[in-house]
Amino acid sequence: MKAPARSHPLWFAFVLHRVSGLGLALFLPAHFWLLSQALTNPARLDGFLAFAEMPLVKLAEFGLVFLLAVHMFGGLRLLALEFLPWSDRQKTLAAGAAGVAFLISTTFFLKAI
Amino acid sequence: MTAAQETLDVTVHRGTTRGARYDSFQVPAHASQTVLDVVSWIQQFADPTLSYRFACRVGMCGSCAMMVNGTPRWTCRTHIKKVAPDGKLLIEPLRNLPVIKDLAADMDPFFDKWTAAEAQHHPSQTRHDPIEPIDPTDATRAEADLGVECINCAICYAACDTVAGNPDYLGPAALQRAWTLLNDSRDDGRQSILDAVSGTGGCHNCHSMGSCAQYCPNDLNPMRAIAGLKRETAKSFFKGKRNA
Amino acid sequence: MLDLRLYMLQRLTALVMAPLVLGHLAVMIYAIQGGLSTAEILGRTQGSALWFAFYGLFVIAVSIHAAIGLRVIAHEWLALKGAALSLLTWGACAALLFLGLSAVFVVTVP
Repeated sequence: MKAPARSHPLWFAFVLHRVSGLGLALFLPAHFWLLSQALTNPARLDGFLAFAEMPLVKLAEFGLVFLLAVHMFGGLRLLALEFLPWSDRQKTLAAGAAGVAFLISTTFFLKAI
Repeated sequence: MTAAQETLDVTVHRGTTRGARYDSFQVPAHASQTVLDVVSWIQQFADPTLSYRFACRVGMCGSCAMMVNGTPRWTCRTHIKKVAPDGKLLIEPLRNLPVIKDLAADMDPFFDKWTAAEAQHHPSQTRHDPIEPIDPTDATRAEADLGVECINCAICYAACDTVAGNPDYLGPAALQRAWTLLNDSRDDGRQSILDAVSGTGGCHNCHSMGSCAQYCPNDLNPMRAIAGLKRETAKSFFKGKRNA
Repeated sequence: MLDLRLYMLQRLTALVMAPLVLGHLAVMIYAIQGGLSTAEILGRTQGSALWFAFYGLFVIAVSIHAAIGLRVIAHEWLALKGAALSLLTWGACAALLFLGLSAVFVVTVP
């Protein structure tokens, strides 16, 4: 896909924050519902946890952990931008947020496989 | 644009918001040619019915801003070789505004929001009072100074995706002027400014994507100003003024 | 579409969640080792007031935060407004609260 004419690093940070937030909000109902089966239908939860051992599903989990981490660290950058004295290093901070999120989600992935 | 290239391939938006089409023109290429030169050549030599707006031609008045290959720019200060090295140009009226005709955007919503943000001087003294000394090294004054060079060209407004998705949003230019006045010791409108920027279209809709700062031809940073407004309104929120 | 009150709600819930997300990430990285099972999850969480408080607070904060985020996206990308937008906001908040608190009760209350 061709990047839009007005794209720039902080614009990408905005898109990443929005897409990760939307992804997490859509994932949450399934996450909650599945966990609530733990007592009434433990076989279903265990069945899913077995399914989650498949490599492709592990990769999807890595994606979810990345979304959570990048939304949090990106969000902390925005909170700092809004509530702390101004800093001109926003591009560096945004890149740092994405980098730390990648590090954390990779750690999860390596522990998961 | 290579030395061998003698014409530019220019596509121009025609018509209004209700009905638009795109016309193509072959425009002779010259050294040090600006986008405004190209638009003027089309109007003078190819199609005299082309409507567009400009005045000073030197980046002072802020009236010639258009979308050039999808990016908002002052056409008078934009060299062809910088934005269209391949000689292909797409010229459109400013984004996020209604179109009067061809390349002339209707600036009314932009200036209406300027007023709605209370981005106008609220005098604290009369002509009979002595002139108030202003210390240029004062931190609050320095913050106000950051935004005073805005010439209302609406490039930030056209660049902002939040404006595009949220028609009520006051936009970067109006909010930056509100912040400048909030920091001006001669302005007496603090509470009305904080109220005006805290409504449903106020500063809190900004997502800090920074396109305003990225494309401002004067290198101003409305994103920083809006962050300042968010901080001040949040402070007043905790002081119990729930509507700022 | 976002006034000061909704803005503050979203920022405050974000602040509340920052340490909770860090905790949740740490738990995930710890718990995923060697695979997960229902018994393992329940063994860790059942009867724990700490996990009840941790995830109870997390669910409340995330329901408010996500509902306001969805409100912004629905307005900017789908042009939803007025009563429909409010219905989506608070409907999403209520649904997330119900599903989330149900899950928290199931896995922490013995």
